[in-house]
Amino acid sequence: MTDTELRVSKIESGTVIDHIAGGQALNVLAILGIDGSGGESVSIGMNVPSGKVGQKDVVKVEGRELSQSEVDVLSLIAPEATINIIRDFEVVEKNRVERTDTVRGILVCPNHNCITNADEPVRTEFEVLDDGVRCAYCDTIIRGSDVAEHIDARGSGETAL
Amino acid sequence: MRDEDIISAKQLSRADIEGVLDRAAEIAADPAAVADRHANALLGLCFFEPSTRTKMSFAAAIKRLGGDVVDMGTVESSSVKKGESLADTVRVVEGYADALVLRHPMEGSAQMASEFVDVPLINAGDGAGQHPTQTLLDLYTIRENAGFDDLTIGIMGDLKYGRTVHSLAHALTNFDASQHFISPESLRLPRSVRYDLHEAGAQVREHTDIENVLEALDVLYVTRIQRERFPDENEYRQIAGEYRIDADLLEKAKDDLTVMHPLPRVDEIAPEIDETEYATYFEQAHNGVPVRMALLDSIL
Repeated sequence: MTDTELRVSKIESGTVIDHIAGGQALNVLAILGIDGSGGESVSIGMNVPSGKVGQKDVVKVEGRELSQSEVDVLSLIAPEATINIIRDFEVVEKNRVERTDTVRGILVCPNHNCITNADEPVRTEFEVLDDGVRCAYCDTIIRGSDVAEHIDARGSGETAL
Repeated sequence: MRDEDIISAKQLSRADIEGVLDRAAEIAADPAAVADRHANALLGLCFFEPSTRTKMSFAAAIKRLGGDVVDMGTVESSSVKKGESLADTVRVVEGYADALVLRHPMEGSAQMASEFVDVPLINAGDGAGQHPTQTLLDLYTIRENAGFDDLTIGIMGDLKYGRTVHSLAHALTNFDASQHFISPESLRLPRSVRYDLHEAGAQVREHTDIENVLEALDVLYVTRIQRERFPDENEYRQIAGEYRIDADLLEKAKDDLTVMHPLPRVDEIAPEIDETEYATYFEQAHNGVPVRMALLDSIL
């Protein structure tokens, strides 16, 4: 572990999401559906100096190993993030997020007249484009830089490859 | 296309389209040959918005194939008024019919509804989204009057909210057609449609003035600019006046220009055009029956 990661203390076991673009840590937690209600300890470092990306955010989730499919949705807002799985204070696995084709239930469609915003039993679904995502129901496109503004505050979803 | 849902013009290949248009031409030439082809078939009509042409031509189409309709009626007279969801409504009606036709005011409604039923579902208009069966009859009318070879078409009016425009523009990317889009700045094609046209390799030529492109057109497809899209009456009147077709304007057009309109028209085409060779919109509306007969025959 690097010195900068130590600023928010080592964890015994769990997941460290590193190299998140500065300022995106809370969006990362929102997109993963981690809001503290699950009881896990969560540490956040924001705008930590980093030689690699200037300033970065770091998120540490204690006692929970996030799977590849869980973290791939981060490719929408934190494509450079690295995922470190920690056991007994050691990094046992180091992965990058991979681009996903579809995201379900994580974003809200900005089109108020989209059927996913009506009181119907349907989850949102977005196709991932080169620079943004597109609603599978009404075709509305959200540009990449705007995706974080449309994270569903009500909870997480899942990715589908 | 047997048992397929018809949700968006994007799903229709050139072969799909030509198959339906060829079949429609056969049916138009000899409707008696298919009079009993779908005897006892029932088409469920779920129209959550008013409709004249689409609803009546679907009803005429299934009846001329030997079948019949079961009709939800108006929203006011149905359980929707009691708060029933769209998902529940279509799950109920699919038990009464062999295929469903849905019109609904929200975008994506047909896609969602199709996920809740096993019978084929046809999108008859979902908000400002898509209207693929209108597109099939539009293409039939274009083929009959102008053909698709080296076609230059102008699509004019409310391109932002016009679902017939969105479907037609997608479908025309299957053909050798040069598309021009003429609208006020505030009603230009939505980003998602422009994205798809670019992805399909089509050039999106946008204009605010019809006179810039009129003389090059083989087909002019006019749509209605709706009052409710503008914040005030004066702005609406000014814009609507700029996108009105009359005899003076058409003096600059090719003699064999085909003028189309999905209807209803308010005053975007002057009545004086109705009696000219240009006017094709009533024929276009009538083509809804053989084209929908052909479509129903291909999916039932």
